[in-house]
Amino acid sequence: MLAHYGYKDGSGDYFIIIDTDKCNGCGKCVEACPHQVLEIVLNDYDIEGGNMASVREEQRKKIKYACAPCKPVSGERKMPCILVCEPKAITHSW
Amino acid sequence: MITAGVDIGAKIVKVVILDNGKVIGRGKALVGFDVGKSASDLFETVLKNASLSRNNVKKVVATGTGRESVHNKPPVNAEEVVSEVVADAVGAFYLVPTVRTVIDVGAEEGRGVKVGEGGKVKDFVINERCAAGAGTFIETMARALEVKVEEMGPLSLKSTQTIPMNAQCCVFAESEVVTLIHSKVSKEDISKAIHDAIASRIGSMVLRVGVEKDVVLIGGPALNPGFLPPLKRELNTDIIVPEYPEYVSALGAAIIAAKDGV
Amino acid sequence: MTEVKTVEYWRWPEYRHTIPGKDWHNAKSITAGVDIGSVGSKAAVMLDGELYAFAITRTGGVSEATAVKVTNWALEGTGLQMANINYVVGTGYGRVNVPFAKKTITEIACHARGAHYIYGPTVRTVLDIGGQDCKAIRCDEKGKVLSFLMNDKCAAGTGRGLEVFADLIRVPMLELDKVSLNVEQEPPPVSNTCVIFAKAESLALLRQGWSKEKVAAAYHAAMADRIVDLLTRVGVEKDFVATGGVAKNAGIILRVERLLGIKALKPRIDPITAGAIGAALFAQALHEKELGLR
Repeated sequence: MLAHYGYKDGSGDYFIIIDTDKCNGCGKCVEACPHQVLEIVLNDYDIEGGNMASVREEQRKKIKYACAPCKPVSGERKMPCILVCEPKAITHSW
Repeated sequence: MITAGVDIGAKIVKVVILDNGKVIGRGKALVGFDVGKSASDLFETVLKNASLSRNNVKKVVATGTGRESVHNKPPVNAEEVVSEVVADAVGAFYLVPTVRTVIDVGAEEGRGVKVGEGGKVKDFVINERCAAGAGTFIETMARALEVKVEEMGPLSLKSTQTIPMNAQCCVFAESEVVTLIHSKVSKEDISKAIHDAIASRIGSMVLRVGVEKDVVLIGGPALNPGFLPPLKRELNTDIIVPEYPEYVSALGAAIIAAKDGV
Repeated sequence: MTEVKTVEYWRWPEYRHTIPGKDWHNAKSITAGVDIGSVGSKAAVMLDGELYAFAITRTGGVSEATAVKVTNWALEGTGLQMANINYVVGTGYGRVNVPFAKKTITEIACHARGAHYIYGPTVRTVLDIGGQDCKAIRCDEKGKVLSFLMNDKCAAGTGRGLEVFADLIRVPMLELDKVSLNVEQEPPPVSNTCVIFAKAESLALLRQGWSKEKVAAAYHAAMADRIVDLLTRVGVEKDFVATGGVAKNAGIILRVERLLGIKALKPRIDPITAGAIGAALFAQALHEKELGLR
């Protein structure tokens, strides 16, 4: 399942997309994120679900701002969450 | 040499008249239904107050979202238009030569500009088209709180507790404020929450260009005493607010006019 | 503040309904789904997976009280009591505030399940437009979620965005769509990127002499644009359906259909109940599991 967390507002589209079929719930992205954006939760989109990575509820509406420090205007963009994910389950739309 | 800068913002138009580096006239007015007319009327008023006519002005440079409405159009007849980012940098640099980061918060847009040697623009980030990231947010919340916009800042400074705001949208925040009022949260605390929220958003945006001292804050909301403390906290640095912060962009435009207006 | 005057424009009817010809005495599983939204709260009671009764009320200041109120209202006149219900699942924005629910399940999953019930097993794409959010859901033939996107950060494209507009042009919420469709030619949309800016633009257009109908059309067109943007992100596959309160706004749905080039299926039950129905269906599956039938 592709879970899109974030929003589109006047200034653009900001979504963190987690493929829960690929995600193994390892939690490396949660540790790697310097701004407490991610967390591991129980997959309750199905009656039987394992652990999956998710964007914290309180961050979903300000994802543009929460992730801003990892996305400088110039210079290298190293997004730790994406770099550390082995199954390549997480992507950003911006 | 006399030059003029006209900054036509989303809500307010500002005019600055410069004579050899000295400000000899300034004025601001609400942008009405007819943007060009509002700008022209103000321009003529400011000129008159300085006992000048358009002929005395060597060059006019316009900036701001409404700049095209006076570009080569009488009576303002701005010969050149520049982006707000450049005008911000030039104006801030003139007033604070040690500036490295300019934060400009307007009615509908927020900007972060990284400035290099000589006031040159190195990087910039714009928070556009979302009212929650600009002055409109505070204004809308003032209405929901039923206080005047000017009272918002002083109210927030009297707050005794920090409460979070969950809504990130002007429209939803309005509902949230109403709920908070019903929950008997004081106006002071709500106002502080509002200022914290917008400072957090502006701060995050500025982090994308990097925060380097000296940091200068300009734009209308810079006049709001409640805006500065949370912004300083967010960026963990001192922030300089020059005199007449809302005119800095127009000043920058006037300086640009003087530079190449020969 | 003009609160009292403007309240009337965004008012929509609260109601309850019992499906005739059903008897709960013979049911193996009596389940309920309670969907607490930020604007409206819904309760659906099902007998062995078939809808029996439902109720919709405005979400009050205290979600727990609203949950109790709307569930009791759904049961009114049926002879059923809360104690007769075998399993309750809570969902929605305030789903953690359904104190008598045995489990809470995300509204996304509930809407997908509920949409399948209302529209049939061919549903693959669900658009849910609620009071304060907008969801796009892709599901499989069983109603299982394959992909989803929810936007509750921004009022544009939500019921609240319509409320603001209803107040502005002084047209009651329920008539907005008719007004927006009463134009000979579609005007260009207003800013689709922010309700605040769209409102200012609409005001300017009214001042310029545009009719209420034309401005309403421009506003609905902007909302439809934005909704289609979100849908395109998850991809749209037939059959396409809409749930949630705003699904009843033909001005939005028709324009969305036009932009997508796909028609939405017509509902046989009020689509605002989708979340509650889905929750009640999950409750039924969970109850059967409890009984060892699965």
